[in-house]
Amino acid sequence: MSKNTAVETKKAVSRKDMTWAQWTWKEMKRNKVAYVMVAPFMILFTLFTVAPVVLSIFFSFTDFNLLQTPNWVGIENYIRLFLDDDIFMIAIQNTFIFAVIVGPVSYLMSLLVAWFINELSPKIRAIVTLVFYAPSISGEIYTIWGTLFSSDSQGWVNGKLLELGLITSEIKFFQNANWVMPLCIVVALWTSLGTSFLSFIAGLQGINQSYYEAGAVDGIKNRWQELWYITLPSMKPQLMFGAIMSITSSFGFGGVVTNLCGFPSVDYAAHTIMHHLDDYGGARYEVGYSSAIAVILFGIMIGSNILVKKVLSKVGQ
Amino acid sequence: MAKLRTRRHKVILSRSAGGDAGITFMLVILGIFMILPMVYAISQSFKPLDELWMFPPRFFVKSPTLSNYSDLFKLMDISWVPFSRYIFNTVFVSIAGTAGNLFVSSLAAYAMAKIKFPGGRVMFKTVRTSLMFHSTVTAITNFIIMKTFHMIDTYFALIVPAFCTSLGLYLMKQFMDTNVPHDIVESAHLDGASEFKTFWVIAMPMVKPAWLTLIIYSFQGLWNAGASVYIHSEQLKSFNYAIRQIAAGGIKRAGANAAAMVIMMLVPISVFVITQSNIIETMGSSGMKD
Repeated sequence: MSKNTAVETKKAVSRKDMTWAQWTWKEMKRNKVAYVMVAPFMILFTLFTVAPVVLSIFFSFTDFNLLQTPNWVGIENYIRLFLDDDIFMIAIQNTFIFAVIVGPVSYLMSLLVAWFINELSPKIRAIVTLVFYAPSISGEIYTIWGTLFSSDSQGWVNGKLLELGLITSEIKFFQNANWVMPLCIVVALWTSLGTSFLSFIAGLQGINQSYYEAGAVDGIKNRWQELWYITLPSMKPQLMFGAIMSITSSFGFGGVVTNLCGFPSVDYAAHTIMHHLDDYGGARYEVGYSSAIAVILFGIMIGSNILVKKVLSKVGQ
Repeated sequence: MAKLRTRRHKVILSRSAGGDAGITFMLVILGIFMILPMVYAISQSFKPLDELWMFPPRFFVKSPTLSNYSDLFKLMDISWVPFSRYIFNTVFVSIAGTAGNLFVSSLAAYAMAKIKFPGGRVMFKTVRTSLMFHSTVTAITNFIIMKTFHMIDTYFALIVPAFCTSLGLYLMKQFMDTNVPHDIVESAHLDGASEFKTFWVIAMPMVKPAWLTLIIYSFQGLWNAGASVYIHSEQLKSFNYAIRQIAAGGIKRAGANAAAMVIMMLVPISVFVITQSNIIETMGSSGMKD
């Protein structure tokens, strides 16, 4: 990533006549201060990010329950998950539906809106940015959707539909298995213009103006060609970063579902892997089993990120 | 990176009127979708009781009142842990966590961006990889780790993990890569400045947009934090948790609930309004090249 950016501060040790291990050791001693500087971060990072992942993988092969010493059970937890746990199958399906819709749609929405507002004057752009970005930073403001779609006639949507005579009795939106998934997806999308959106705005702003001038000379006719041939290839690093942010958050909308539909959601209609994880880990203390769930979710997240990175690296090639 | 363009994009290409109209139309539709729920929340918070329960319901408030806000403050008075305690908890955790994060992450980011040492790139890549998964995956094992260190049900459980955010380190390191020139670092070393001094006196003042961004991200996360699984004592719970708790007490409190939401969103939104240009500048170097 930053091959040429680090500075050789003191005189580098000559690499000749030294084994790789010796050279590394010398370099390490020479840069002692760097290790002191990264130590606080790396220690905490190891403790709160790396160790939990490693421990989860370990526990997923045991029957740990927080009280007794864990016993090694091999892949029994995984077998139980895939063969005996019907609700887990629903959870996997819902998680994928959620991520496959929310991830790409929020990504495209972020990109399109950022592109739409790029040519506006700075003041108007700042206001529009705020309008689109605000829902993602306003905490649990999305619960207002619960009020809008409230299941009684005081709910605005039900009230309007009743008034217009389109329905004869209220629809219990967040208690109806047919409605919960689509509604939760809409709400998740509403809160999804976050970090990737800002990154795209900055990426578009940073494109060198002369590329467009050169493009015009080379015969680019309209803004669509400009977008495809100049804009997107020039902001590839942002596209990559935005993709990672969008994918990761598209798996993290469990809280939206819980706050709007309760837990568990009706007929498990919006039950995701994250809820399943909470259920077994947080409520039943089956650490071994829930670790297996966590490992699978972890694998899905990392896997889809790597996949999308591979696809995006082909943009403009 | 070059300074961000602030003047209007100089249009050299012909922009078709149809395209302009289409884009404006899309933008307006999406904008309405984004802003209407916000407007509804604000409108709800000013509705008197009879308007909250009228049929057919009105979207906009007709005769606005502040009674929902005063109800909310009355409800705060009767909570059995004094409300000022919840406010103190959130403010204290937000400030302590953010300050620690700024220091710990910038220090590590400087070393990774400006010093070439064995393992540095591997460390950075590991941190960057962790951006790919959501922290809920590790919630249960994190609980076990915090229990081992006796951090459960203390402020430490909220503050210490906030010190090391992968996104914070990532943005800071990327920004330092592009905005702290090597020659300046080198000449500081030639003048006899230590690595720490160069970090603090030379590099940090050059990356102000990045630390503002880091502050905002960290602060937003901590400010919006509701109930935490690591905290049981009522005395340690957050303002957000408490305000949601009292406002969620049944349908009678719908107005107070809306007022609570509006109050909670005011802080992150105003902070963003003030710092927007800095955040966008930082995001300019957020890109991932490999």
